[in-house]
Amino acid sequence: MTTSAETVGKKFNIDTVENAAKTPDTELPWAELGLKQNEFEEIIKVLGRRPTGAELAMYSVMWSEHCSYKSSKNHLRQFGEKVTEEMKKDMLVGIGENAGVTNLGDGWAVTFKIESHNSPSFVEPYQGAATGIGGIVRDIISMGARPVAVMDPLRFGAIDHPDTARVMHGAVAGIGGYGNSLGLPNIGGEMVFDSVYQGNPLVNALAVGVMRHEDIRLANASGKGNKVVLFGARTGGDGIGGASVLASESFDDTKPSKRPAVQVGDPFAEKVLIECCLELFKGSLVEGIQDLGAAGISCATSELASNGDGGMQVELTSVLLRDPTLTPGEILMSESQERMMAVVTPENVAAFEAVMDKWAVEYSWLGEVTDTGRLIITWEGEVIVDVDPRTVAHDGPVYDRPFARPSWQDSVQADTFTGSVQDAGRPATSGELAAAITELIASPNMCSKAWITNQYDRYVGGNTAMAFPDDAGVVRVDEETGLGVALATDANGRYTYLDPYHGAQLALAEAYRNVATSGAVPMAVSDCLNFGSPEDPEVMWQLAEAIRGLSDACMELGVPVTGGNVSLYNQTGTVPIHPSPVVAVLGKLDDVARRTPSGWKEDGQAIYLLGTTAAELDGSEWSNLRGHLGGLPPKVDLSIERQLGEILVNASRDGMIDAAHDLSEGGLAAALVESALRYGVGARIALDELMERDGVDLFTALFSESQGRAIVSVPRSEEIRFKDMCTARGFAHLRIGVVDAAGGQLEINGVDTLSLDALSEAHEGTLPKYFG
Amino acid sequence: MTELPLIGGAPVAVEPHLGGAKIGVVTFPGTLDDRDAARAVRLAGGTAVALWHGDTELGDVDAVVIPGGFSYGDYLRAGAISRFAPLMSRIIDAANSDAKLPVLGICNGFQILTESHLLPGSMIKNDHLKFLCRDQVLRVENNKTFWTSDYRAGEEITVPLKNQDGQYIADEKTLDALEAEGRVVFRYVGWNPNGSRRDIAGISNAAGNVVGLMPHPEHAVEPGFGPESNAGTDGLGFFTSVLNKIVGGAK
Repeated sequence: MTTSAETVGKKFNIDTVENAAKTPDTELPWAELGLKQNEFEEIIKVLGRRPTGAELAMYSVMWSEHCSYKSSKNHLRQFGEKVTEEMKKDMLVGIGENAGVTNLGDGWAVTFKIESHNSPSFVEPYQGAATGIGGIVRDIISMGARPVAVMDPLRFGAIDHPDTARVMHGAVAGIGGYGNSLGLPNIGGEMVFDSVYQGNPLVNALAVGVMRHEDIRLANASGKGNKVVLFGARTGGDGIGGASVLASESFDDTKPSKRPAVQVGDPFAEKVLIECCLELFKGSLVEGIQDLGAAGISCATSELASNGDGGMQVELTSVLLRDPTLTPGEILMSESQERMMAVVTPENVAAFEAVMDKWAVEYSWLGEVTDTGRLIITWEGEVIVDVDPRTVAHDGPVYDRPFARPSWQDSVQADTFTGSVQDAGRPATSGELAAAITELIASPNMCSKAWITNQYDRYVGGNTAMAFPDDAGVVRVDEETGLGVALATDANGRYTYLDPYHGAQLALAEAYRNVATSGAVPMAVSDCLNFGSPEDPEVMWQLAEAIRGLSDACMELGVPVTGGNVSLYNQTGTVPIHPSPVVAVLGKLDDVARRTPSGWKEDGQAIYLLGTTAAELDGSEWSNLRGHLGGLPPKVDLSIERQLGEILVNASRDGMIDAAHDLSEGGLAAALVESALRYGVGARIALDELMERDGVDLFTALFSESQGRAIVSVPRSEEIRFKDMCTARGFAHLRIGVVDAAGGQLEINGVDTLSLDALSEAHEGTLPKYFG
Repeated sequence: MTELPLIGGAPVAVEPHLGGAKIGVVTFPGTLDDRDAARAVRLAGGTAVALWHGDTELGDVDAVVIPGGFSYGDYLRAGAISRFAPLMSRIIDAANSDAKLPVLGICNGFQILTESHLLPGSMIKNDHLKFLCRDQVLRVENNKTFWTSDYRAGEEITVPLKNQDGQYIADEKTLDALEAEGRVVFRYVGWNPNGSRRDIAGISNAAGNVVGLMPHPEHAVEPGFGPESNAGTDGLGFFTSVLNKIVGGAK
C-alpha cells in the first residue's frame, strides 16, 4: 500500500485544507457535480473558506436530492408527526436509520425497507436492477439482521414499445442474477406497463430481515480510539456521482450517456459479506456499522461520525482500490458495491480480522473515532477534509419548493369514463362479457407474471410459506413456533394521477388489504415515493398531496411508516411519470401454517363477497384497456378497510376460510379468474343478488374497482359461524357462489361459461408473446 | 463454520430412530441451500453436521451432502473452483474408497461432483438461457442407489427445480453407458426444463453411493414450504434412504 500510495499521490495536485485557505479564488467544478450556486455559497459559509476538491465532492453527493431529501424533507416530517403512542408501541427503530425495526414478539424483531433504483435501471437495466437489490439488502444487514426475502415492484413502458423489452429483460435478469445468488427468496412484487414509464421505468426493491432484539445494530461511531474499518469489495471507479448526477436530474437527450455513473454488482461478494457480517454480529465484534451505498465513503464516514461521538479521523490512502488512478474526490464519491464500514474496539481487532480471513474478505483499517467533533480525512497525512460531519450528513439544504394544483386537474377529474367516447359499446351480452373477462385477464397489467417470477428463486431458505401469485409473500421467522411475516407492495399511478391525496391512500389500502387477506395483522409501512421533478410546482403538488394523504391514512389505519425512500426527477423532458407512491405493508402471523392462499381447492365450499360494489370505473383497468384516464378514483373508506382486515385475520385464525383474494385492479372479474386459476379449480357464480342489493348491472359488478372488498371460500361447516361474525360486525357479506372442483370452468350467471384451460392460456400467454 | 439452524430450532423429525447417523453438509463461499439441506437431514431423523470447505478432515460423518448455490459466484464454470477445496479431496477419496461414503450433490453440488470427476458429464446453461424456478416432476429410474432406496422404481415425485446452468450434457458413449448400467437415476417427466440430454435430471456413480441431480429434494421436505402437489414432501425419501442405509436397514 505504501508504495502505491506514494506513486499515486504524486499523480495529483492534492488540494489540502491549507491550500484551500490560501487560494480562495480557485475555480471549482460545483455545477458539474450537480450543486446549485446557492448551495455552493452555503458550503463556503459553513466552512468559512472555499471547500477543497475532496470536500466539494462530499458535499455534492451528500447534499444531492437523493441523499438529502431536500425537496421532500418538509413534507416527509408528517410521517413522524402523525403517529399515536399506540403506533409507536412496536416500533423499535423508526425513520432515519438504515431501515426501521418492528417488534414481532417472542424476542424477535423484523426490519424492512423499500428503495428505488430507477435511473440506473433505465441506463443499464441489468446492473441497475441488480445493484438495487444489493443496496437494499445491505441496508438490512446494517441493522444487525439476517435478510430473509426480497420483493420487487416494477413499472415499465408500453408492453409493445421496442425499448420496453430491453429494460424488462435486463431488469428481470438483473434482479434474478443478483437476488438468486444471495440465497434470498423473491416472494412477490408488482408489474405494470404504461407508456408514462417509457423513459423512466420504476425498479423498486424491498428487502426484509429478522433478528433477535439484542442484535439490533445502529450506524454510529462511538468510543474515542475505536478503529474504523472498510471491508468487502475494493473501491473502483463505478458509480461516481450516481446519487448526485444520475438520481437527482431528469434525463435529457443533449447530455452525454450516464453509463459510468451506474454501479456494477458482484452478488458473490455480497453473499460472502452477508455471512461475514452475521458472524461479526454474533461475536459482538462491531460497535457501529454502515453500508456503503449512495455517496459511498462520503456518506458512511459523515453519517457514522455525526451519529456517534462526533469525530473521526481517516487516512484515505488506506482505502483498497480497484483502480489506483482514482483521485481523493473520486474515492470519496465512488459507489462501488458490496462494501461496509464498521467501528471496532481495539480489543476486538484481532477477532474481527479472523472473521475477515475466514471468509476471505478484504479489509483495511482507515482510522479511528475521535471526540473532536470534526471529520478529518487525510491523504498521506495531509488534511484534505476538515468538516463538521453534521453539516455534510444532516444539515444539507432544505427547500420549501413552491407547489400548485395543476391547471388540468379539474378537467381530468370531470372527464368520467361512463358515457365517454371510449365507453361506447360497453359489453352487455353474455358473449360480450365473457370476451371482456378474457381480454382483461390477458391484458398487460392483469396477465400472469409467471414469466418474471419463474426467473426468481422463491424456495431458498426453506421458510417461504407463500409467494407469487398469492396476495402477499409470507416468510416463517421462527421454525419452532411458526411465527412469521407477510409483505405486500402496491401502487396505482393512474388513481394517484387522478387524485394524489386519495391515490396514495388507495395504495396503502390495497397493500394493507393484501396483507390481511393472507391472514396477517398489518403492523408497519415502508414507502418508495416515485415522482417527477420537484422543481415543477405541479409535480411538487402531487408529492405534497400524496405524502399528506398517505400519512393521514397511516394514522387512521394505525400502521406507522418505519422508513422508505423518495425518488424524484422521474421525468423525460417536461413530462413526468404518473405520481407513483409504492407502499409496502408488513404484517405478522403467529403461525404461518394458518396463512390463507388465494386459490380455491375444496369442492362445494361457499364463495362469499365481502364489501359493497359501486359504479367505480374511473382509473380502472377496464378504462385503461379502452384508452381512457379521467374522473375520480374509487372512494377510500379506511374504517371499512380496517374492519375488512379484522374479519379476514379472524376468519383465518379461527379456520373459517380456506381461501381469500382481495379485489383491486380488474375488480371481481379478475379476482374470480385468479382464484380459479391458482389451483385450476373453478366455481359457479351468481351475482343477481349483488346487483340488486348494490344497484349495479352485471358489467359493473364484474369490472368496478370499488375498494374494501375481498372474496373468500368458506367450508360448509364454518358457514354459519362466518356469517354470524360478519353480521355481528355489521359488515356487508353475500354468498355469490360455490367452488366446483370437477367442472374445469368458471360459470357466471349471465356470462358465457369460461373454460379454465382457455382462461389459463389467455392469462399465461401474454408475457411470453412479447418477451419470448 | 456456518451457523445451523438458520433461525429457530429444529423441527421434529419424522423418523427419530434414525438419529444416530451424522450427515455432513458442506458450505463453500456462495453456497445457498446449506441450511435447507441441514433441515432436511434433521427432518428425516438424522443429525446434520456443518462442514466448511477449507476443512482438511471429514471427521466422523456417515454421509455428505453438497448443497446448491453459486459457489465462488459461478463466475468461472459452475463448480470449477469449489472442486479444488481442501475438503473436496477428502470427499473424493472417501467416496472412491472401499467404505463408499454416500455423497449427494444437489444443483451446484451436482456441478461440483462432475467437476470432481466423481460423476461423468457436465452442465451448461439452460437451453432457454434463463434462470428457471418451478415445481418439477421427476421419475425415479433407479431405486437401488444409496439415496433412492426408499422410492419405488418408476415412482414420480415432485421437487423444486431452480437453476441457470442445468442442461446436462455428455458424449453419446457416456450417455449410452449410463443408460446401460442403470446410472440414470432421475429423468424429467413431461417438458424438459433445460435441454438436458435424454431428459436426464440426475445420475449416480457405478457403486451407487454418489448421486447428483439438478432439482432440489431438500426443498420438498416440509408441508407448506415445498411444492403444492402431494404433501410437498416428496424429497424426504433421499434423506431417509441414506439414513436407513447407514443405520443398517432399520426400516
